[in-house]
Amino acid sequence: MRPLDALAKVCADVRPGEPAEGVLGVEPALVAAPKNLAEAADVMRVAAEKGLAVVPRGAETRLDWGAPPERCDLLIDTHRLDRLVEHTAGDLVAKAEAGLPMERLGQRLAERGQRLALDVPLPGSTVGGTIATGAAGPLRTLYGTPRALVIGLTIVRADGQVARSGGKVVKNVAGYDLGRLFCGSYGTLGLIVEATFRLHPIPAASAYVTCAVRGPEDAHDAVQTVFHSPVAPSAVEYTSPGTVTVLLEGVPDGVSARAGQTAGLLDENAEITETAPEGWGRYPDGTTLIDISAPPPSLRALLTMLGPDIAATWSGSGHGHVGLPPEMAPDEVADLLGRLRGVLARHHGHAVVRYAPEEVRGVIDLWGPVPALTLMRRVKDQFDPGHRLSPGRFAGGI
Amino acid sequence: MESMLTALGPRLEALLGDGRVITDPVRLRTYECDGLTTHRSTPGIVVLPDTAEQIAAIVRECAAAGVPYVARGSGTGLSGGALPRADGVLIVTSRMRRILEIDVPGQRAVVEPGVINLDVTRAVRPYGYYFAPDPSSQQICSVGGNVAENSGGAHCLKYGFTAHHVLACEVVTPDGELVELPADGPGYDLLGVFVGAEGTLGITTKITVRLTRVPQTVQTLLAAFDSIEAGGTAVSAIIGAGVVPAAIEMMDALAIEAAEAAVHCAYPPGAGSVLIVELDGPDAEVAAQFTEVERLCRDAGAFEIRIAADDAERALIWKGRKSAFAAVGRISPAYLVQDGVIPRTVLPDVLASIDALSAESGVRVANVFHAGDGNLHPLVLFDDAEPGAEERAEAVSGAILDLCIQHGGSITGEHGVGVDKSRYMPRMFTDTDLDTMQMVRCGFDPAGLCNPGKVFPTPRLCGEVPGKRKGPHPYEGKADIF
Ligand SMILES: Cc1cc2nc3c(=O)[nH]c(=O)nc-3n(C[C@H](O)[C@H](O)[C@H](O)COP(=O)(O)OP(=O)(O)OC[C@H]3O[C@@H](n4cnc5c(N)ncnc54)[C@H](O)[C@@H]3O)c2cc1C
Repeated sequence: MRPLDALAKVCADVRPGEPAEGVLGVEPALVAAPKNLAEAADVMRVAAEKGLAVVPRGAETRLDWGAPPERCDLLIDTHRLDRLVEHTAGDLVAKAEAGLPMERLGQRLAERGQRLALDVPLPGSTVGGTIATGAAGPLRTLYGTPRALVIGLTIVRADGQVARSGGKVVKNVAGYDLGRLFCGSYGTLGLIVEATFRLHPIPAASAYVTCAVRGPEDAHDAVQTVFHSPVAPSAVEYTSPGTVTVLLEGVPDGVSARAGQTAGLLDENAEITETAPEGWGRYPDGTTLIDISAPPPSLRALLTMLGPDIAATWSGSGHGHVGLPPEMAPDEVADLLGRLRGVLARHHGHAVVRYAPEEVRGVIDLWGPVPALTLMRRVKDQFDPGHRLSPGRFAGGI
Repeated sequence: MESMLTALGPRLEALLGDGRVITDPVRLRTYECDGLTTHRSTPGIVVLPDTAEQIAAIVRECAAAGVPYVARGSGTGLSGGALPRADGVLIVTSRMRRILEIDVPGQRAVVEPGVINLDVTRAVRPYGYYFAPDPSSQQICSVGGNVAENSGGAHCLKYGFTAHHVLACEVVTPDGELVELPADGPGYDLLGVFVGAEGTLGITTKITVRLTRVPQTVQTLLAAFDSIEAGGTAVSAIIGAGVVPAAIEMMDALAIEAAEAAVHCAYPPGAGSVLIVELDGPDAEVAAQFTEVERLCRDAGAFEIRIAADDAERALIWKGRKSAFAAVGRISPAYLVQDGVIPRTVLPDVLASIDALSAESGVRVANVFHAGDGNLHPLVLFDDAEPGAEERAEAVSGAILDLCIQHGGSITGEHGVGVDKSRYMPRMFTDTDLDTMQMVRCGFDPAGLCNPGKVFPTPRLCGEVPGKRKGPHPYEGKADIF
């Protein structure tokens, strides 16, 4: 039986792929959109039987991240898997399907005064895509990335078997935490179908304290001053060319007192607003996006190296993004990336290119040096011995 | 196996030098169990390395000889995770206790695995920071053990577990290689799965921990209620109001009685339950929320509320709670400490079921728990002089875990699976779930020599390991069957 027919037997929505649906130019032969866990498992099982290379797709907001797949016989589209399976407000826990858009999840949770404390830098992005890329924004300073908030995960393995880890209680150390392993795995270990998250109450009040900083030294000082003060920020963001914004959340009286205190620490001309300043939590503009891990002591050297003209954001957790403009020539990008990695390596930091134009990708190493790559390959071989899951998309050619 | 081990002794001595290899049977006995004393096994050899390179060399020797090995920190684990093997090597990190770096601007510190949890906090306190994971054993347990168990503490309700406070680990892999596993490097988050893997994926030799700013204010109250239900209502109300306390701890009448007998904590007489609620953070936040918590406790029926005026009074409030485990010894000759988790919202139902279990079986159960996150620590009391009593207590303790599973909870919130609970894993997970977890194990440790027999009830066969001897597992399996 042809793969299309075999898939059509187990999934209602299967069709040939179209050129426009290419994953970084690699056109999928087939597209399947399973509507529930059982269908997803069947689709994966048939893919295994037919030896199809599978790439999951959410809302396509990050489909251009990473390297192009070596093959894409089957695109598994998660848009039908969009239910909020469970929200037990009393337990501060919610379970959602992978295709649910993050903003819709946010709205549903907000109806009961709660939130998943992850920013949504890209509108439309889904739960599954967010986990698969480990994406987060300014709130990571206090709340961490998906790995800190996913408490249970349901996946379909390469062989079509459904596996779960974690559960629906926040405190739980039974068995290996595959949730954390799947965060940032780019669809190379299995298909994420459902995730259970730890939630937080929506704070009664928020304030953003924004001030201008003049150069790397000043930026460093501002960040350090806030860190070593008692104001307990939820986020501390640097945005190029020279702004530091501190987010404070809590009860109204507390927040206004802390906002005043923060302004006092930073700059008496600091602006205090209830809503986020323009561009808050967005990736810097550009056609090349570099994700950096840059511990706080590296901020000065980082900004000095980048100079005032390169678009960059940086969060107090020691992570940031650099955006490079389309007019920057590929070898210039390569040169900058090399220098960036040099600076960050001195601080145990890293730089990973999320996306870049094809001609840039051709002359750079997206991932940089990957520690423990041998172990990663061995883990991959266990989960996906046939190397059919998003082949070649990930670090080290995984 | 025996002879492999005997041959290994002199090789390890050559590697480590005088006094770092223990083979004397009497001294070996010191290491026969961890905090779970019901499981014992005298290790074949104990080694006390000083450096990561030595651990790597030891692991390479074990791998070459096909001898299993187990890491041990302070041995306070409560699930038998550090239970040694008679046919193996126990690698003890107690000589690796240096704090290598304190980076205040980076809000992190780098420590060796044997460093005692509280010593990290002591070292960074002068800078206004602390290490947030605070297991009750923090005066003695090691950071390496915390990493392996993903330990939490009373304050993990707000601050999370060890996994949230580890930025990187240097690890000796079961191949005997030293690798760095960062929290946010390129590639898979191997650190994410290493933390909490109970020492089955390798041995950590250096840990970069996140430091947390000491809060401006801490406020603590003790509220006494007539019943467990009323206390439970208060917990739900506090969480429902959007307050995230640093800690909410609860004790029932029997636990209070024990604490009173042991440390005279003078909790309000006649209380059916007491609640300890602690808030921390900036002054203004804490002040506002504290008033609300107090009101919610009264609304739920608290007949007495005590507010700690200073650190000394706070310590007094905590004294009863912190002594509770040991205190139970005052009211019962022996007891089992259970560790299970339930969704907070089903707390009243589950406690009623535990009561019923206790009434049916005649086995007394004292309840102490991290109420904020539904982590129960029922203490199941028995008289070890009475024939059959321990078995009955075991049965009740096991039935409590079943209750946790039935209510969508977990068989362990912080003590780990170890050897103690591996048999319960199939009740919480399917065979496929367990098989999938063990794919990670096979990736890291195909020969199955690194802390074998823990966590999983049945090892997954990892397929042929080219150029390597098979571990003892398949062989042992056969021996069991015949
Ligand atoms: C009175 C008491 C109270 C406790 N309270 C709490 C509590 O509140 N919260 C909580 O979470 N736990 C608690 N525990 C359990 C225990 O203290 C923790 O699990 C602790 O983290 C264990 O640390 P350890 O150094 O004693 O580890 P050990 O018991 O020596 O070992 C535990 C596990 O870690 C592995 N291991 C040790 N070192 C390494 C290493 N370097 N690399 C890899 N694996 C390693 C061992 O192989 C073993 O599997 C308590 C225990 C006691 C006795």
